[in-house]
Amino acid sequence: MSVVNSGMKARRTESTGGAIGQRSIGLLFVLPAVLFTVVFFLIPLVMTVFMSLNDWPLLGQHEFIGLENYANLVNDRQFWNSLWFTTRYTLLVTPMIFILAFGLALLVNLPLHGVGIFRTIYFLPVVIGLGTSSLLWVWLLHDRVGAIDAILLGLGLIDRPIVWLADPNFAMLAIIMSVVWKTVGFTMILLLTGMQAIPLELYEAARVDGASYIGRLRYITMPLLRRTFALALILSVIGSYLGFDQFFIMTAGGPQNSTISVVYWIYKNSFTNFKLGYGASMSIVLLVVLVILSVIQLRLLRDETSY
Amino acid sequence: MASVTSTTTSAHRPRFSFWRLVLYAICIILAILFLFPIVWTAISSVKPPAEASAAPPTFLPSRIDFGNYVKLNDYGRGVWNYVGNSVGTAIMTVIGSTILSTLAGYGFSRFRFPAKNLMFVLILMTLMIPFQSILIPLFLILTGLKLQNTLFGLALVYITFQLPFGVFIMRNSFDTVPREIEEAALLDGCTPFTMLYRVMLNIVRPGIITVGIYAFLNSWNEFLAALIFMTKETSFTLPILLTSVRSGYYGAIDWGALQAGLMVTILPCIIIFLLLQRYYVVGLTGGATKG
Repeated sequence: MSVVNSGMKARRTESTGGAIGQRSIGLLFVLPAVLFTVVFFLIPLVMTVFMSLNDWPLLGQHEFIGLENYANLVNDRQFWNSLWFTTRYTLLVTPMIFILAFGLALLVNLPLHGVGIFRTIYFLPVVIGLGTSSLLWVWLLHDRVGAIDAILLGLGLIDRPIVWLADPNFAMLAIIMSVVWKTVGFTMILLLTGMQAIPLELYEAARVDGASYIGRLRYITMPLLRRTFALALILSVIGSYLGFDQFFIMTAGGPQNSTISVVYWIYKNSFTNFKLGYGASMSIVLLVVLVILSVIQLRLLRDETSY
Repeated sequence: MASVTSTTTSAHRPRFSFWRLVLYAICIILAILFLFPIVWTAISSVKPPAEASAAPPTFLPSRIDFGNYVKLNDYGRGVWNYVGNSVGTAIMTVIGSTILSTLAGYGFSRFRFPAKNLMFVLILMTLMIPFQSILIPLFLILTGLKLQNTLFGLALVYITFQLPFGVFIMRNSFDTVPREIEEAALLDGCTPFTMLYRVMLNIVRPGIITVGIYAFLNSWNEFLAALIFMTKETSFTLPILLTSVRSGYYGAIDWGALQAGLMVTILPCIIIFLLLQRYYVVGLTGGATKG
Protein backbone atom coordinates (compact mmCIF):
# COMPACT_ATOMS: atom_id res chain seq x y z
CA MET A 1 0.00 0.00 0.00
CA SER A 2 2.70 2.37 1.09
CA VAL A 3 4.67 1.65 -2.03
CA VAL A 4 1.81 2.57 -4.26
CA ASN A 5 1.25 5.87 -2.49
CA SER A 6 4.79 7.08 -2.70
CA GLY A 7 5.05 5.81 -6.26
CA MET A 8 2.27 8.16 -7.16
CA LYS A 9 3.98 10.97 -5.34
CA ALA A 10 7.17 10.37 -7.29
CA ARG A 11 5.36 10.43 -10.59
CA ARG A 12 3.78 13.72 -9.70
CA THR A 13 7.08 15.42 -8.90
CA GLU A 14 8.53 14.06 -12.10
CA SER A 15 5.92 15.55 -14.36
CA THR A 16 5.64 18.91 -12.63
CA GLY A 17 9.30 19.60 -12.06
CA GLY A 18 11.54 19.91 -15.10
CA ALA A 19 13.02 16.43 -15.17
CA ILE A 20 16.74 16.38 -15.68
CA GLY A 21 17.55 15.99 -19.37
CA GLN A 22 18.95 12.57 -20.18
CA ARG A 23 16.56 9.76 -19.53
CA SER A 24 18.65 6.64 -19.64
CA ILE A 25 21.01 8.13 -17.09
CA GLY A 26 18.52 7.15 -14.38
CA LEU A 27 19.15 3.55 -15.34
CA LEU A 28 22.80 4.04 -14.53
CA PHE A 29 21.94 5.12 -11.00
CA VAL A 30 19.71 2.19 -10.19
CA LEU A 31 21.76 -0.42 -12.04
CA PRO A 32 24.17 -1.38 -9.20
CA ALA A 33 21.29 -2.02 -6.79
CA VAL A 34 19.40 -3.99 -9.43
CA LEU A 35 22.50 -6.03 -10.23
CA PHE A 36 22.96 -6.97 -6.57
CA THR A 37 19.31 -7.94 -6.33
CA VAL A 38 19.52 -10.11 -9.44
CA VAL A 39 22.71 -11.93 -8.41
CA PHE A 40 22.03 -12.40 -4.71
CA PHE A 41 18.26 -12.59 -4.71
CA LEU A 42 16.57 -13.37 -8.02
CA ILE A 43 19.01 -16.04 -9.21
CA PRO A 44 19.04 -17.79 -5.79
CA LEU A 45 15.24 -17.67 -5.76
CA VAL A 46 15.01 -19.38 -9.15
CA MET A 47 17.75 -21.80 -8.07
CA THR A 48 15.77 -22.74 -4.97
CA VAL A 49 12.88 -23.84 -7.17
CA PHE A 50 15.23 -25.79 -9.45
CA MET A 51 17.16 -27.38 -6.59
CA SER A 52 13.95 -28.52 -4.94
CA LEU A 53 13.37 -30.73 -8.00
CA ASN A 54 16.78 -32.37 -7.66
CA ASP A 55 18.61 -34.76 -5.42
CA TRP A 56 21.39 -32.33 -4.57
CA PRO A 57 24.18 -33.46 -2.24
CA LEU A 58 26.78 -30.92 -1.15
CA LEU A 59 29.50 -32.75 -3.06
CA GLY A 60 29.07 -34.74 -6.24
CA GLN A 61 26.53 -34.72 -9.05
CA HIS A 62 22.95 -33.60 -8.61
CA GLU A 63 20.18 -35.54 -10.25
CA PHE A 64 16.76 -34.43 -11.44
CA ILE A 65 14.09 -36.31 -9.51
CA GLY A 66 10.97 -34.26 -10.21
CA LEU A 67 8.65 -33.94 -7.23
CA GLU A 68 10.25 -36.69 -5.15
CA ASN A 69 11.50 -34.24 -2.51
CA TYR A 70 7.99 -32.93 -2.08
CA ALA A 71 6.64 -36.48 -1.86
CA ASN A 72 9.18 -37.24 0.86
CA LEU A 73 8.20 -34.05 2.61
CA VAL A 74 4.63 -35.23 2.96
CA ASN A 75 5.88 -38.27 4.90
CA ASP A 76 8.43 -36.36 6.97
CA ARG A 77 6.93 -36.43 10.46
CA GLN A 78 9.50 -34.00 11.82
CA PHE A 79 8.72 -31.47 9.08
CA TRP A 80 5.05 -31.43 10.02
CA ASN A 81 5.97 -31.32 13.70
CA SER A 82 8.18 -28.31 12.98
CA LEU A 83 5.46 -26.58 11.02
CA TRP A 84 3.02 -27.20 13.86
CA PHE A 85 5.55 -26.15 16.50
CA THR A 86 6.36 -22.93 14.63
CA THR A 87 2.66 -22.18 14.25
CA ARG A 88 2.04 -22.77 17.96
CA TYR A 89 5.03 -20.61 18.86
CA THR A 90 3.75 -17.82 16.59
CA LEU A 91 0.25 -18.05 18.05
CA LEU A 92 1.66 -17.81 21.59
CA VAL A 93 4.31 -15.15 21.15
CA THR A 94 2.39 -12.74 18.91
CA PRO A 95 -0.52 -11.94 21.27
CA MET A 96 1.92 -11.75 24.18
CA ILE A 97 4.03 -9.17 22.38
CA PHE A 98 0.94 -7.29 21.25
CA ILE A 99 -0.73 -6.97 24.62
CA LEU A 100 2.49 -5.96 26.36
CA ALA A 101 3.50 -3.57 23.59
CA PHE A 102 0.09 -1.93 23.62
CA GLY A 103 0.26 -1.45 27.39
CA LEU A 104 3.78 -0.05 27.14
CA ALA A 105 2.81 2.27 24.29
CA LEU A 106 -0.12 3.64 26.31
CA LEU A 107 2.18 4.12 29.28
CA VAL A 108 4.94 5.97 27.42
CA ASN A 109 2.37 8.05 25.55
CA LEU A 110 1.32 9.70 28.82
CA PRO A 111 2.47 13.26 29.49
CA LEU A 112 4.89 12.31 32.28
CA HIS A 113 8.17 14.08 32.86
CA GLY A 114 11.11 12.05 31.60
CA VAL A 115 8.89 9.61 29.75
CA GLY A 116 11.35 9.72 26.84
CA ILE A 117 13.94 8.01 29.00
CA PHE A 118 11.54 5.15 29.70
CA ARG A 119 10.78 4.84 25.98
CA THR A 120 14.48 4.51 25.26
CA ILE A 121 14.98 1.96 28.03
CA TYR A 122 12.10 -0.26 26.91
CA PHE A 123 13.37 -0.07 23.36
CA LEU A 124 17.01 -0.79 24.16
CA PRO A 125 16.92 -4.62 23.84
CA VAL A 126 15.66 -4.24 20.25
CA VAL A 127 19.08 -3.11 19.04
CA ILE A 128 20.74 -6.23 20.44
CA GLY A 129 20.88 -9.19 18.05
CA LEU A 130 18.46 -12.05 18.61
CA GLY A 131 21.36 -14.52 18.64
CA THR A 132 23.22 -12.44 21.21
CA SER A 133 20.19 -11.96 23.42
CA SER A 134 19.46 -15.69 23.23
CA LEU A 135 22.94 -16.42 24.56
CA LEU A 136 22.44 -13.87 27.30
CA TRP A 137 19.24 -15.64 28.33
CA VAL A 138 20.91 -19.05 28.25
CA TRP A 139 23.06 -17.70 31.04
CA LEU A 140 20.23 -15.93 32.91
CA LEU A 141 18.10 -19.08 32.77
CA HIS A 142 20.83 -21.50 33.81
CA ASP A 143 19.75 -23.53 36.82
CA ARG A 144 23.03 -23.13 38.73
CA VAL A 145 24.74 -19.87 37.72
CA GLY A 146 21.66 -18.05 36.36
CA ALA A 147 20.08 -15.04 38.02
CA ILE A 148 16.44 -15.96 37.42
CA ASP A 149 16.38 -19.16 39.46
CA ALA A 150 18.46 -17.44 42.14
CA ILE A 151 15.92 -14.62 42.38
CA LEU A 152 12.91 -16.97 42.37
CA LEU A 153 14.56 -19.11 45.06
CA GLY A 154 15.44 -16.03 47.07
CA LEU A 155 11.86 -14.81 46.95
CA GLY A 156 10.67 -18.24 47.98
CA LEU A 157 8.57 -18.63 44.82
CA ILE A 158 10.17 -21.98 43.98
CA ASP A 159 11.94 -24.39 46.29
CA ARG A 160 14.24 -26.03 43.79
CA PRO A 161 15.84 -24.57 40.65
CA ILE A 162 13.93 -24.92 37.40
CA VAL A 163 16.01 -26.33 34.55
CA TRP A 164 14.22 -24.00 32.15
CA LEU A 165 15.66 -24.98 28.78
CA ALA A 166 15.80 -28.76 29.36
CA ASP A 167 12.31 -29.08 30.79
CA PRO A 168 9.60 -29.67 28.15
CA ASN A 169 7.13 -27.77 30.31
CA PHE A 170 9.29 -24.67 30.55
CA ALA A 171 11.45 -24.54 27.41
CA MET A 172 8.84 -22.79 25.26
CA LEU A 173 7.95 -20.38 28.07
CA ALA A 174 11.61 -19.51 28.60
CA ILE A 175 12.20 -18.87 24.90
CA ILE A 176 9.10 -16.72 24.66
CA MET A 177 10.20 -14.73 27.70
CA SER A 178 13.55 -13.92 26.09
CA VAL A 179 12.03 -13.08 22.71
CA VAL A 180 9.41 -10.82 24.27
CA TRP A 181 12.11 -8.96 26.17
CA LYS A 182 14.11 -8.48 22.99
CA THR A 183 11.30 -7.52 20.59
CA VAL A 184 8.42 -5.94 22.52
CA GLY A 185 10.01 -2.47 22.30
CA PHE A 186 9.82 -2.58 18.51
CA THR A 187 6.06 -3.14 18.48
CA MET A 188 5.72 -0.56 21.26
CA ILE A 189 7.37 2.13 19.13
CA LEU A 190 5.30 1.20 16.08
CA LEU A 191 2.08 1.50 18.09
CA LEU A 192 3.28 4.67 19.80
CA THR A 193 3.99 6.30 16.44
CA GLY A 194 0.50 5.31 15.32
CA MET A 195 -1.04 6.75 18.50
CA GLN A 196 0.79 10.03 18.10
CA ALA A 197 -0.52 10.39 14.57
CA ILE A 198 -4.12 10.48 15.86
CA PRO A 199 -5.32 14.13 15.98
CA LEU A 200 -5.59 15.43 19.54
CA GLU A 201 -8.85 17.24 18.70
CA LEU A 202 -10.60 13.87 18.53
CA TYR A 203 -9.68 13.18 22.15
CA GLU A 204 -10.59 16.69 23.19
CA ALA A 205 -14.01 16.39 21.56
CA ALA A 206 -14.60 13.02 23.20
CA ARG A 207 -13.61 14.43 26.56
CA VAL A 208 -16.04 17.28 26.15
CA ASP A 209 -18.71 14.71 25.42
CA GLY A 210 -17.79 13.01 28.69
CA ALA A 211 -16.07 9.90 27.32
CA SER A 212 -13.94 8.02 29.86
CA TYR A 213 -10.36 6.94 29.20
CA ILE A 214 -11.57 3.43 28.35
CA GLY A 215 -14.22 4.90 26.10
CA ARG A 216 -11.69 6.99 24.21
CA LEU A 217 -9.43 3.95 23.94
CA ARG A 218 -12.25 1.82 22.64
CA TYR A 219 -13.79 4.26 20.17
CA ILE A 220 -10.87 6.42 19.05
CA THR A 221 -7.48 4.83 19.69
CA MET A 222 -8.22 1.22 18.78
CA PRO A 223 -10.15 1.80 15.54
CA LEU A 224 -7.72 4.43 14.27
CA LEU A 225 -4.76 2.20 15.09
CA ARG A 226 -6.03 -0.68 12.99
CA ARG A 227 -3.61 -0.10 10.15
CA THR A 228 -0.71 0.07 12.55
CA PHE A 229 -1.98 -3.07 14.29
CA ALA A 230 -2.11 -4.90 10.97
CA LEU A 231 1.40 -3.81 10.02
CA ALA A 232 2.83 -4.80 13.40
CA LEU A 233 0.95 -8.09 13.16
CA ILE A 234 2.45 -8.95 9.76
CA LEU A 235 5.96 -8.14 10.96
CA SER A 236 5.53 -10.12 14.15
CA VAL A 237 3.97 -13.18 12.51
CA ILE A 238 6.58 -13.36 9.74
CA GLY A 239 9.40 -12.80 12.22
CA SER A 240 8.13 -15.59 14.47
CA TYR A 241 7.61 -17.97 11.56
CA LEU A 242 11.22 -17.49 10.51
CA GLY A 243 12.55 -18.04 14.03
CA PHE A 244 15.87 -19.83 14.16
CA ASP A 245 18.46 -18.17 16.44
CA GLN A 246 16.51 -18.62 19.65
CA PHE A 247 15.86 -22.34 19.07
CA PHE A 248 19.33 -23.14 17.75
CA ILE A 249 21.03 -21.37 20.65
CA MET A 250 18.73 -21.83 23.61
CA THR A 251 17.50 -25.39 23.24
CA ALA A 252 19.24 -26.80 20.13
CA GLY A 253 15.78 -28.10 19.19
CA GLY A 254 15.39 -29.97 22.46
CA PRO A 255 14.20 -31.23 24.84
CA GLN A 256 13.20 -34.33 22.84
CA ASN A 257 13.06 -32.40 19.56
CA SER A 258 10.18 -30.37 20.94
CA THR A 259 11.46 -26.97 19.78
CA ILE A 260 12.59 -27.50 16.19
CA SER A 261 11.28 -24.62 14.09
CA VAL A 262 10.85 -24.84 10.33
CA VAL A 263 13.97 -22.84 9.53
CA TYR A 264 15.89 -24.95 12.01
CA TRP A 265 14.74 -28.14 10.28
CA ILE A 266 15.71 -26.68 6.89
CA TYR A 267 19.11 -25.77 8.33
CA LYS A 268 19.62 -29.26 9.75
CA ASN A 269 18.73 -31.02 6.51
CA SER A 270 20.76 -28.69 4.33
CA PHE A 271 23.85 -27.96 6.37
CA THR A 272 24.13 -30.90 8.76
CA ASN A 273 22.85 -33.71 6.54
CA PHE A 274 23.80 -31.89 3.30
CA LYS A 275 20.54 -32.76 1.56
CA LEU A 276 20.41 -29.43 -0.24
CA GLY A 277 17.62 -30.34 -2.66
CA TYR A 278 15.41 -31.54 0.16
CA GLY A 279 16.14 -28.38 2.15
CA ALA A 280 15.22 -26.33 -0.92
CA SER A 281 11.85 -28.07 -1.24
CA MET A 282 11.11 -27.22 2.39
CA SER A 283 12.14 -23.62 1.73
CA ILE A 284 9.60 -23.44 -1.07
CA VAL A 285 6.84 -24.74 1.20
CA LEU A 286 7.83 -22.20 3.86
CA LEU A 287 7.79 -19.48 1.23
CA VAL A 288 4.30 -20.44 0.10
CA VAL A 289 3.07 -20.50 3.70
CA LEU A 290 4.50 -17.04 4.32
CA VAL A 291 3.04 -15.60 1.13
CA ILE A 292 -0.40 -16.99 2.05
CA LEU A 293 -0.11 -15.55 5.57
CA SER A 294 0.92 -12.16 4.20
CA VAL A 295 -1.92 -12.08 1.70
CA ILE A 296 -4.45 -12.93 4.41
CA GLN A 297 -3.09 -10.23 6.66
CA LEU A 298 -2.87 -7.68 3.86
CA ARG A 299 -6.49 -8.35 3.07
CA LEU A 300 -7.31 -7.71 6.71
CA LEU A 301 -5.41 -4.46 6.44
CA ARG A 302 -7.30 -3.40 3.34
CA ASP A 303 -10.70 -4.07 4.90
CA GLU A 304 -9.70 -2.05 7.88
CA THR A 305 -8.61 1.01 5.97
CA SER A 306 -12.04 1.18 4.39
CA TYR A 307 -13.52 1.27 7.90
CA MET B 1 -6.37 1.95 34.97
CA ALA B 2 -9.16 3.97 33.41
CA SER B 3 -9.31 6.63 36.09
CA VAL B 4 -5.55 6.49 36.46
CA THR B 5 -4.75 7.84 33.10
CA SER B 6 -7.65 10.18 32.68
CA THR B 7 -6.52 12.04 35.78
CA THR B 8 -2.98 12.38 34.59
CA THR B 9 -3.80 13.37 31.05
CA SER B 10 -5.96 16.32 32.01
CA ALA B 11 -3.76 19.33 32.39
CA HIS B 12 -5.49 21.08 35.26
CA ARG B 13 -5.03 18.50 37.97
CA PRO B 14 -2.40 18.84 40.69
CA ARG B 15 0.98 17.70 39.39
CA PHE B 16 1.89 15.36 42.21
CA SER B 17 -1.21 13.30 42.48
CA PHE B 18 -1.24 9.81 43.91
CA TRP B 19 -1.87 8.27 40.48
CA ARG B 20 1.08 10.06 39.00
CA LEU B 21 3.31 8.44 41.60
CA VAL B 22 1.82 5.04 40.82
CA LEU B 23 2.53 5.55 37.13
CA TYR B 24 6.11 6.52 37.85
CA ALA B 25 6.48 3.45 40.01
CA ILE B 26 5.20 1.26 37.18
CA CYS B 27 7.56 2.94 34.72
CA ILE B 28 10.53 2.43 37.02
CA ILE B 29 9.75 -1.20 37.83
CA LEU B 30 9.45 -1.93 34.10
CA ALA B 31 12.68 -0.07 33.42
CA ILE B 32 14.46 -2.25 35.97
CA LEU B 33 13.06 -5.39 34.35
CA PHE B 34 14.15 -4.28 30.87
CA LEU B 35 17.59 -3.12 31.95
CA PHE B 36 18.33 -5.99 34.30
CA PRO B 37 19.75 -8.50 31.78
CA ILE B 38 22.11 -5.93 30.27
CA VAL B 39 23.22 -4.37 33.56
CA TRP B 40 23.63 -7.80 35.15
CA THR B 41 25.87 -8.88 32.28
CA ALA B 42 27.95 -5.72 32.64
CA ILE B 43 28.35 -6.21 36.39
CA SER B 44 29.16 -9.91 36.13
CA SER B 45 31.67 -9.42 33.34
CA VAL B 46 33.94 -7.42 35.65
CA LYS B 47 33.79 -9.90 38.52
CA PRO B 48 36.89 -11.99 39.16
CA PRO B 49 36.49 -15.14 36.97
CA ALA B 50 35.71 -17.45 39.90
CA GLU B 51 32.87 -15.19 41.05
CA ALA B 52 31.53 -14.80 37.51
CA SER B 53 30.89 -18.56 37.37
CA ALA B 54 29.77 -18.90 40.99
CA ALA B 55 26.72 -21.05 41.71
CA PRO B 56 24.54 -19.60 43.05
CA PRO B 57 25.53 -16.25 41.55
CA THR B 58 26.89 -13.48 43.76
CA PHE B 59 25.49 -10.00 43.51
CA LEU B 60 28.23 -7.37 43.40
CA PRO B 61 31.86 -8.07 42.46
CA SER B 62 34.23 -8.24 45.42
CA ARG B 63 36.58 -6.17 43.27
CA ILE B 64 36.67 -4.96 39.66
CA ASP B 65 38.61 -7.47 37.63
CA PHE B 66 39.04 -7.79 33.87
CA GLY B 67 40.07 -11.43 34.07
CA ASN B 68 36.97 -12.51 32.12
CA TYR B 69 37.99 -10.30 29.22
CA VAL B 70 41.49 -11.75 29.32
CA LYS B 71 40.01 -15.24 29.22
CA LEU B 72 37.72 -14.27 26.35
CA ASN B 73 40.86 -13.30 24.50
CA ASP B 74 42.14 -16.88 24.84
CA TYR B 75 39.47 -18.20 22.49
CA GLY B 76 40.58 -19.06 18.97
CA ARG B 77 42.71 -16.30 17.55
CA GLY B 78 41.96 -13.83 20.30
CA VAL B 79 38.98 -11.57 20.57
CA TRP B 80 40.42 -8.82 18.35
CA ASN B 81 40.38 -11.16 15.38
CA TYR B 82 36.62 -11.58 15.76
CA VAL B 83 35.95 -7.94 16.60
CA GLY B 84 37.88 -7.20 13.40
CA ASN B 85 35.70 -9.64 11.43
CA SER B 86 32.51 -8.07 12.74
CA VAL B 87 33.76 -4.51 12.24
CA GLY B 88 35.07 -5.28 8.74
CA THR B 89 31.83 -6.90 7.62
CA ALA B 90 29.79 -4.10 9.16
CA ILE B 91 31.88 -1.35 7.52
CA MET B 92 31.60 -2.96 4.09
CA THR B 93 27.88 -3.46 4.58
CA VAL B 94 27.38 0.15 5.69
CA ILE B 95 29.42 1.59 2.81
CA GLY B 96 27.87 -0.71 0.22
CA SER B 97 24.28 -0.24 1.29
CA THR B 98 24.48 3.54 1.70
CA ILE B 99 26.13 4.05 -1.71
CA LEU B 100 23.86 1.66 -3.60
CA SER B 101 20.72 2.93 -1.85
CA THR B 102 21.60 6.58 -2.41
CA LEU B 103 22.30 6.07 -6.10
CA ALA B 104 19.18 3.98 -6.63
CA GLY B 105 17.03 6.29 -4.50
CA TYR B 106 18.17 9.24 -6.63
CA GLY B 107 17.50 7.32 -9.83
CA PHE B 108 14.03 6.20 -8.79
CA SER B 109 13.08 9.61 -7.45
CA ARG B 110 14.29 11.87 -10.25
CA PHE B 111 14.52 10.02 -13.56
CA ARG B 112 12.37 8.15 -16.01
CA PHE B 113 13.75 5.12 -17.73
CA PRO B 114 12.50 1.86 -19.21
CA ALA B 115 11.27 -0.84 -16.80
CA LYS B 116 11.56 1.55 -13.86
CA ASN B 117 8.59 0.20 -11.93
CA LEU B 118 9.61 -3.36 -12.60
CA MET B 119 13.04 -2.75 -11.10
CA PHE B 120 11.59 -0.97 -8.10
CA VAL B 121 9.22 -3.85 -7.41
CA LEU B 122 12.07 -6.33 -7.86
CA ILE B 123 14.14 -4.61 -5.19
CA LEU B 124 11.19 -4.34 -2.80
CA MET B 125 10.35 -8.01 -3.39
CA THR B 126 13.46 -8.82 -1.39
CA LEU B 127 11.52 -7.50 1.58
CA MET B 128 8.70 -9.97 1.12
CA ILE B 129 10.73 -13.07 0.42
CA PRO B 130 12.85 -13.80 3.48
CA PHE B 131 16.50 -14.55 2.87
CA GLN B 132 16.17 -17.64 5.07
CA SER B 133 14.38 -19.34 2.21
CA ILE B 134 17.13 -18.75 -0.36
CA LEU B 135 20.13 -19.45 1.87
CA ILE B 136 20.93 -22.78 0.22
CA PRO B 137 21.63 -21.43 -3.31
CA LEU B 138 23.26 -18.33 -1.80
CA PHE B 139 25.67 -20.68 -0.08
CA LEU B 140 26.42 -22.38 -3.42
CA ILE B 141 26.85 -19.04 -5.22
CA LEU B 142 29.27 -17.73 -2.61
CA THR B 143 31.20 -21.00 -2.70
CA GLY B 144 31.27 -20.83 -6.51
CA LEU B 145 32.63 -17.28 -6.38
CA LYS B 146 35.28 -18.46 -3.90
CA LEU B 147 33.80 -16.03 -1.37
CA GLN B 148 32.91 -18.56 1.30
CA ASN B 149 34.54 -17.66 4.62
CA THR B 150 35.32 -14.14 3.42
CA LEU B 151 34.00 -10.99 5.09
CA PHE B 152 33.47 -9.55 1.62
CA GLY B 153 31.16 -12.38 0.58
CA LEU B 154 29.12 -12.09 3.77
CA ALA B 155 28.89 -8.31 3.28
CA LEU B 156 27.62 -8.79 -0.30
CA VAL B 157 24.69 -10.84 1.01
CA TYR B 158 23.98 -8.38 3.81
CA ILE B 159 24.04 -5.44 1.38
CA THR B 160 21.50 -7.12 -0.90
CA PHE B 161 19.06 -7.58 1.95
CA GLN B 162 19.52 -4.00 3.15
CA LEU B 163 18.60 -2.65 -0.28
CA PRO B 164 14.78 -2.72 -0.11
CA PHE B 165 14.78 -0.72 3.11
CA GLY B 166 17.63 1.54 1.97
CA VAL B 167 16.26 2.28 -1.49
CA PHE B 168 12.82 2.95 -0.06
CA ILE B 169 14.16 5.39 2.55
CA MET B 170 16.45 7.14 0.06
CA ARG B 171 13.77 7.41 -2.62
CA ASN B 172 11.50 9.05 -0.04
CA SER B 173 14.34 11.36 1.03
CA PHE B 174 14.98 12.54 -2.52
CA ASP B 175 11.26 12.94 -3.11
CA THR B 176 11.11 15.57 -0.37
CA VAL B 177 13.86 17.73 -1.91
CA PRO B 178 12.23 20.73 -3.63
CA ARG B 179 12.67 20.90 -7.40
CA GLU B 180 13.73 24.56 -7.27
CA ILE B 181 17.06 23.63 -5.74
CA GLU B 182 17.93 21.45 -8.71
CA GLU B 183 16.70 23.97 -11.23
CA ALA B 184 19.03 26.57 -9.80
CA ALA B 185 21.90 24.11 -9.86
CA LEU B 186 21.07 23.12 -13.44
CA LEU B 187 21.38 26.74 -14.50
CA ASP B 188 24.84 26.73 -12.96
CA GLY B 189 25.71 23.86 -15.32
CA CYS B 190 25.45 20.88 -12.98
CA THR B 191 25.30 17.40 -14.52
CA PRO B 192 23.20 14.75 -12.76
CA PHE B 193 26.33 13.38 -11.08
CA THR B 194 27.69 16.69 -9.82
CA MET B 195 24.15 17.55 -8.77
CA LEU B 196 23.96 14.45 -6.61
CA TYR B 197 27.43 14.95 -5.22
CA ARG B 198 27.47 18.71 -4.61
CA VAL B 199 23.85 19.59 -4.01
CA MET B 200 21.73 16.62 -3.02
CA LEU B 201 24.00 14.66 -0.70
CA ASN B 202 23.92 17.33 1.95
CA ILE B 203 20.16 17.52 1.92
CA VAL B 204 19.50 13.79 2.11
CA ARG B 205 22.21 13.15 4.70
CA PRO B 206 19.72 12.20 7.46
CA GLY B 207 18.36 9.47 5.20
CA ILE B 208 21.86 8.19 4.53
CA ILE B 209 22.61 8.06 8.25
CA THR B 210 19.38 6.12 8.85
CA VAL B 211 20.28 3.59 6.16
CA GLY B 212 23.79 3.33 7.61
CA ILE B 213 22.63 2.62 11.18
CA TYR B 214 20.31 -0.16 10.08
CA ALA B 215 23.02 -1.63 7.87
CA PHE B 216 25.46 -1.59 10.77
CA LEU B 217 23.12 -3.14 13.33
CA ASN B 218 21.81 -5.82 10.97
CA SER B 219 25.29 -6.80 9.88
CA TRP B 220 26.66 -6.77 13.41
CA ASN B 221 23.80 -8.83 14.82
CA GLU B 222 23.04 -11.26 11.99
CA PHE B 223 23.39 -14.88 13.02
CA LEU B 224 22.09 -17.51 10.56
CA ALA B 225 23.90 -16.46 7.38
CA ALA B 226 27.14 -15.93 9.30
CA LEU B 227 26.73 -19.39 10.84
CA ILE B 228 26.34 -21.00 7.42
CA PHE B 229 28.82 -19.00 5.33
CA MET B 230 31.61 -18.68 7.89
CA THR B 231 32.67 -22.24 8.59
CA LYS B 232 36.35 -21.54 9.34
CA GLU B 233 36.94 -20.56 12.94
CA THR B 234 39.17 -17.63 11.97
CA SER B 235 36.39 -15.98 9.98
CA PHE B 236 33.69 -16.14 12.68
CA THR B 237 31.82 -12.94 13.48
CA LEU B 238 31.16 -12.09 17.14
CA PRO B 239 27.75 -13.80 17.53
CA ILE B 240 29.22 -17.02 16.13
CA LEU B 241 32.28 -16.73 18.35
CA LEU B 242 29.96 -16.42 21.34
CA THR B 243 28.28 -19.73 20.55
CA SER B 244 31.67 -21.43 20.52
CA VAL B 245 32.64 -19.72 23.80
CA ARG B 246 29.37 -20.99 25.18
CA SER B 247 30.09 -24.58 24.12
CA GLY B 248 33.36 -24.22 25.99
CA TYR B 249 36.88 -25.44 25.32
CA TYR B 250 37.18 -28.17 27.89
CA GLY B 251 33.59 -29.25 28.20
CA ALA B 252 32.74 -26.88 31.04
CA ILE B 253 31.23 -23.55 30.05
CA ASP B 254 33.31 -20.48 30.92
CA TRP B 255 30.49 -18.18 32.01
CA GLY B 256 32.83 -15.28 32.72
CA ALA B 257 34.22 -15.32 29.18
CA LEU B 258 30.67 -15.51 27.83
CA GLN B 259 29.65 -12.45 29.86
CA ALA B 260 32.68 -10.53 28.59
CA GLY B 261 31.88 -11.61 25.02
CA LEU B 262 28.27 -10.52 25.40
CA MET B 263 29.41 -7.08 26.54
CA VAL B 264 31.80 -6.73 23.61
CA THR B 265 28.95 -7.61 21.24
CA ILE B 266 26.17 -5.59 22.87
CA LEU B 267 27.96 -2.38 23.79
CA PRO B 268 28.66 -1.03 20.26
CA CYS B 269 24.98 -1.47 19.34
CA ILE B 270 23.80 0.39 22.41
CA ILE B 271 26.29 3.23 21.99
CA ILE B 272 25.42 3.71 18.31
CA PHE B 273 21.73 3.58 19.07
CA LEU B 274 21.95 6.11 21.92
CA LEU B 275 24.05 8.50 19.82
CA LEU B 276 21.93 8.26 16.69
CA GLN B 277 18.53 7.39 18.17
CA ARG B 278 16.80 10.17 16.25
CA TYR B 279 17.80 8.70 12.90
CA TYR B 280 16.96 5.20 14.00
CA VAL B 281 13.38 6.08 14.89
CA VAL B 282 13.00 7.94 11.58
CA GLY B 283 13.80 4.63 9.93
CA LEU B 284 11.01 2.88 11.83
CA THR B 285 8.39 5.41 10.87
CA GLY B 286 9.68 6.25 7.39
CA GLY B 287 10.07 2.61 6.53
CA ALA B 288 6.92 1.42 8.16
CA THR B 289 4.13 3.60 9.48
CA LYS B 290 4.37 6.62 7.27
CA GLY B 291 5.27 4.84 4.04
